[in-house]
Amino acid sequence: MPEAIHAEGLVKHFGDVRAVDGVDLDVPQGTVLGLLGPNGAGKSTTVRILTTLLTPDAGHATVLGADVVKDPDTVRRSLGMAGQFAAVDEFLTGRENLQLIGRLYQLRKRDAVARAEELLSLFDLTDAADRTAKTYSGGMRRRLDLAAAMLMKPAVMVLDEPTSGLDPTSRRVLWDVIRAMVADGTTLLLTTQYLEEADQLADSICVIDHGRVLAYGTSDELKARVGNERVELVLPEGEDLTGAGLVMASEGQGDVSIEEQARKLIVPVSDGARSLGGIIRRLDELGVPFDDIALRRPTLDDVFIALTGRSAETDEATEDVRVKESVK
Amino acid sequence: MTVLSPPPAVRPPMAGAIGQSVRDSFIIAKSGLIRVKRAPGMILFLLIQPTIFIVMFTFVFAGSVNIGGTTDRAGFREFNVVGIMAQTVIFSVIATAAGIADDMRKGLVDRFRSLPMARGAVLTGRTLSDAVALALTLVVLGCVGAAVGWRFHEGIPKMLAGFALMFLLGYAFTWVGALTGLAARSPETASSAPMLWLLPASFISNAFVDPTRMSTPVRYMAEWNPFSATVQAARTLFGNPGTGARDAWPMQHPIGASLIYSIVIIVVFRTLAVRKYRRTATS
Repeated sequence: MPEAIHAEGLVKHFGDVRAVDGVDLDVPQGTVLGLLGPNGAGKSTTVRILTTLLTPDAGHATVLGADVVKDPDTVRRSLGMAGQFAAVDEFLTGRENLQLIGRLYQLRKRDAVARAEELLSLFDLTDAADRTAKTYSGGMRRRLDLAAAMLMKPAVMVLDEPTSGLDPTSRRVLWDVIRAMVADGTTLLLTTQYLEEADQLADSICVIDHGRVLAYGTSDELKARVGNERVELVLPEGEDLTGAGLVMASEGQGDVSIEEQARKLIVPVSDGARSLGGIIRRLDELGVPFDDIALRRPTLDDVFIALTGRSAETDEATEDVRVKESVK
Repeated sequence: MTVLSPPPAVRPPMAGAIGQSVRDSFIIAKSGLIRVKRAPGMILFLLIQPTIFIVMFTFVFAGSVNIGGTTDRAGFREFNVVGIMAQTVIFSVIATAAGIADDMRKGLVDRFRSLPMARGAVLTGRTLSDAVALALTLVVLGCVGAAVGWRFHEGIPKMLAGFALMFLLGYAFTWVGALTGLAARSPETASSAPMLWLLPASFISNAFVDPTRMSTPVRYMAEWNPFSATVQAARTLFGNPGTGARDAWPMQHPIGASLIYSIVIIVVFRTLAVRKYRRTATS
């Protein structure tokens, strides 16, 4: 069984800029890969190569075994894609948009009509089916765009920042739609600059910046690379920190760091919740009171900062590079 | 959310690539016509300037412009209306260019490019629906012209042939527009940049004044201008004045020259535009 998506040494220049600089990717069938990186990291360029919209300067890529450069038509038949912009015709209604795409997928007219109805109801757009897409909200446009991408029920879907610019509610609705697609067996490659999105949807995550892959693994593996879980303990005012410090040193792994001012003690632990339980039991046995105790896990944001030296989401999240260029 | 059923079977491939190309082009053209119907502003935009020009030129310039040795007012009206109709026809570049640049910006072109459809169909479809808008524009301008005194004198078949030649030139220029739209970075550039050559191209011609009275180099340019050939052909077929310039070959054989120019423009720009469409990287 070939990998759903396989890419090796992809390189793409735009003038002097190496937008993609040796990217390797593998997405096994039935899994979700999150391509995570800030704006300009090379995510969209990578996606555009995989979806046959750009030809790479070097390297090669296959989708279900078909080469994206040599055999683009085969790739196009097995691949659904939704880009950063909801690619819908604003002057057409939701129904007309889906019928148009169906016809262009070479469906017979009656099949295209029936398929449009099915997708409209599946994506909860039936009520808006006869309104022009111009009147749709951002979330509705994305759903219509996804419906178009799903039309032939492709085995592999590529979504480029499917929720950028959406409000949190629409984002969650879209996540549910995406989860249902994955549950139904679709292999998914998803780019995002939202850490939470990658954490929520992806089986494995590929962190990319300046056109290079910085790290690859499951969310947990990536977090483990940044550091272990740790227990943070806060004592009441006036309480002596020594006894609690000894407890944490014996239960934890490594040095206890103490923040005198905040009366906070932090120790890395190897056994997660079990270590936390151990510390609480010992503190109770010794009668040491505490205000707060918690097990903290590294977040993907910690991973990102550790890998790139900057936060993923500090860049303008919804800035549209193409529009920016056209304004100049 | 329930589960999406398996996809319907696709049609068996049509006889050859051309069959699919024609079918896909008509599907795109149909969606383009819905657009024309729902956003008639585009046709109005195409109509406003020429209508003003026809009315204004007819009442301001009539009597002052020397056409073929006379400043006869009725003659100038007929002369002028044809020039402005032909100019409007080549301005179709702007509508097509802006439409395609807009599709590019919205990602619609990427969606089409990722579909297993015929190569040139998106552009052919768009140029066809723009051509329908163009035909409507010509009909309206014919009526406006008739209202201010434009007449045809050679019978209905020749009149229709004259309009057909102008329409063909306009369709040729929608392909120039398609290439412009694909090359432009934004719909704004796509709709403003063509003015840089459209205005000289339409004024260094026989459309508004009689080239026989121009200085020799300008006259040479005007008489070989592809646009002039169609204007000359239409005037000849309508029996309107101002067809005196007969030094250059296209002016002596305006109908043949108009056909040749339009077909060459279609072949050249269609080839370039389709190639660009296949290669264009929008990011």
